[in-house]
Amino acid sequence: MTDTLKITNLHVAVEGKEILRGVDLTLRRGETHALMGPNGSGKSTLGLAIMGHPNYEIVDGTIELNGENITEWEPHERARAGVFMAFQRPMSIPGVKMADFLRHATTNVRRPERKEDEELLPMREFRKELYEKMDQLKINRDFARRYVNDGFSGGEMKRAEILQMAMLRPKFAILDETDSGLDVDAVKLASQSIAEIGRSKMGILIITHHDKLLEHNRPDVTHVMLGGRIVETGGAELAIEMHKHGYDRVRREHPEDAAVENEMKKEEAAV
Amino acid sequence: MTATITQVGFSQESFDAFLAARDEPQWLLDLRRQCWDAYTALPMPGGRDEEWMRTDIRLFRLDKFAVPGDLPADAVCPPAQLSEGVELAGQATTLNSRSLFAQLDPKWAAKGVLFGSLEEIVREHGELIRPHLMTRAVDPRKDKFAALHGAFWTGGFVLYVPKGVAVAEPFHMLSAMTDGGVDLGHALVILEDGAEATALAETASDSETATGLHCGAIELIVGREARLRYVNLQDWGHGVWHFAQQNALVDRDASIQWTIGALGSRLAKVNQHVALVGLGAEAQVNGVVFTEGKQHLSYHTLQHHRAANCRSDLLYKGGLQDKSRFVWRGMIKVDPAAQKTDGYQRNDNLMLSTDARSDSIPGLEIEADDVRCTHGSTSGRVDDELIYYAQARGLTRNEAVRLVVTGFFQQVFDRITIESVREALGHAIRRRVREVE
Ligand SMILES: Nc1ncnc2c1ncn2[C@@H]1O[C@H](COP(=O)(O)OP(=O)(O)OP(=O)(O)O)[C@@H](O)[C@H]1O
Ligand SMILES: [Mg+2]
Repeated sequence: MTDTLKITNLHVAVEGKEILRGVDLTLRRGETHALMGPNGSGKSTLGLAIMGHPNYEIVDGTIELNGENITEWEPHERARAGVFMAFQRPMSIPGVKMADFLRHATTNVRRPERKEDEELLPMREFRKELYEKMDQLKINRDFARRYVNDGFSGGEMKRAEILQMAMLRPKFAILDETDSGLDVDAVKLASQSIAEIGRSKMGILIITHHDKLLEHNRPDVTHVMLGGRIVETGGAELAIEMHKHGYDRVRREHPEDAAVENEMKKEEAAV
Repeated sequence: MTATITQVGFSQESFDAFLAARDEPQWLLDLRRQCWDAYTALPMPGGRDEEWMRTDIRLFRLDKFAVPGDLPADAVCPPAQLSEGVELAGQATTLNSRSLFAQLDPKWAAKGVLFGSLEEIVREHGELIRPHLMTRAVDPRKDKFAALHGAFWTGGFVLYVPKGVAVAEPFHMLSAMTDGGVDLGHALVILEDGAEATALAETASDSETATGLHCGAIELIVGREARLRYVNLQDWGHGVWHFAQQNALVDRDASIQWTIGALGSRLAKVNQHVALVGLGAEAQVNGVVFTEGKQHLSYHTLQHHRAANCRSDLLYKGGLQDKSRFVWRGMIKVDPAAQKTDGYQRNDNLMLSTDARSDSIPGLEIEADDVRCTHGSTSGRVDDELIYYAQARGLTRNEAVRLVVTGFFQQVFDRITIESVREALGHAIRRRVREVE
């Protein structure tokens, strides 16, 4: 059976405010999906909820991994089960070296049953692999000794997220605007990295406002989100259309969702 | 398990008996008598004193303690934390202020280095010790506890390094205490001009819950162009009352790197003072503090610039758990003569529970006009977003919290140039951090 990540009727609220209003999405290992939609439509919220962010309350619906309901799982359990998200805004962890952080993460993800006091991957072996991946992504090896994302430029942070993905080799990867902030060369390198892990070995959900990453990773399926719902699903041509012509057609054809979008914008402005 | 207390309290009778039994030079007996007089004259500090208003000692009963007597038959020494795998120039241990053993590498003895029990070495080398003992760095009349210490100190350690001698390996000193015991130890370090040394001092009880009293002092006298690295790791049991004066004097073009680990005791009231007394002297002060349970630790630091062109740089980092409290009162004092002073002080605290409390109060007292003095302090909780980020990479919540806390302390660890100290402190903190709510 192909590994499957299945989102059904997902309603998510933040601080009591409903952001996602019933999202359905099925991602199979080997597929690449694009998730598009205007700013504030709920794309990141979907990713964060899939990853188990504690502030994103799931008020209805389920997240299933291979038929198992993981809606209540802790984020680390999801990560160890092979779910990964490259964040739109990665956090910096002062005082924690990239290499130490990744060694811990890699050990846990590769040995999901590991107990807290058990050994980490051998330093030597780990470092060799890390350096290989860093070289591939043209990330200076010095970054291994730098603190996680601390003082990284926007693009460096995104490269570091790809590096983490490359080390963790997830089954499902959500890339939240990983391409924004990356220069043209880096987008290519990121795509190579994805190819390296094997597009066929991953289910990828690419959230993006650009077409570069999609050019290298042609989506099998495109979703368009508006006002907290996926309002259209199509093939690669849908992504191309959105890039060329924007969201006006979608708004016209889904006036109710467009109205919700307007409401949310007003509320945001009022805050 | 409680130490046998031979005489209860610190009374005139117990002082007379104590003095009569001492085999010491006359000047030292005189000094003790002066301190005893000061002790009887001074009031017990209380909430009205600026220094004590955040530190409530009304539950402290001095009459429950006494001059350290015979060691309990089942007394054991806790293991050392700082010296594991470290090649040492010398090593000394006291238990309840009693010297258990002291040893100095003969190659350094041949160069004139003295190291071991202060109480023993002062008998033979009194004239060398006398100018430094509670005359220049620590003032035994500072308060009632300082005076009590001056009158009754026993055991202790001394490290004396002659002019121009640079000792490569560290010295290690362990002051241990049994449950219910008393430690009145005094550490005196004298580096003559151009000398260099590293000293690792640690204090510990025989169990984490042990009670007791430590009333102590540290004096670090750093001569011209001398370099001292001094570490004191305070890990008394959580029932120990800890009162101490810890002062350094740094002379012309000399430097000190002084690292304090504050982990233990029920209540600590410590003065850590660094006086820069010669042109171009430098001090780096590092504090690693972790409190838990109902511990109350109060550290008052002073960077006293008494000469021109000196630099001082203090960084205290604290992690607070449970219902504990940490008070840091910092002061940079610049005398009129101390032009071109470069002074910095900073305290960052990480709150690991909503019931913990920190008071972080930097201060400046500047009487020269051409100086650069800055200070800062922060206090914050563990950022949930960081925990989530680490969890999203497969770390459990516990692992994530430990990682973030360790990262918080890294900035001060990065300044500590002795690996065994970094490791011991890092290990101690990781062991203590529990679930953050
Ligand atoms: N933690 C939060 N607190 C308050 N509001 C939030 C939070 N997270 C998301 N929101 C709100 O939910 C809505 C959807 O946000 P989300 O970040 O999911 O949008 P997005 O589609 O990723 O947008 P963009 O393209 O700009 O990244 C927005 O109105 C946003 O302000
Ligand atoms: Mg977003």
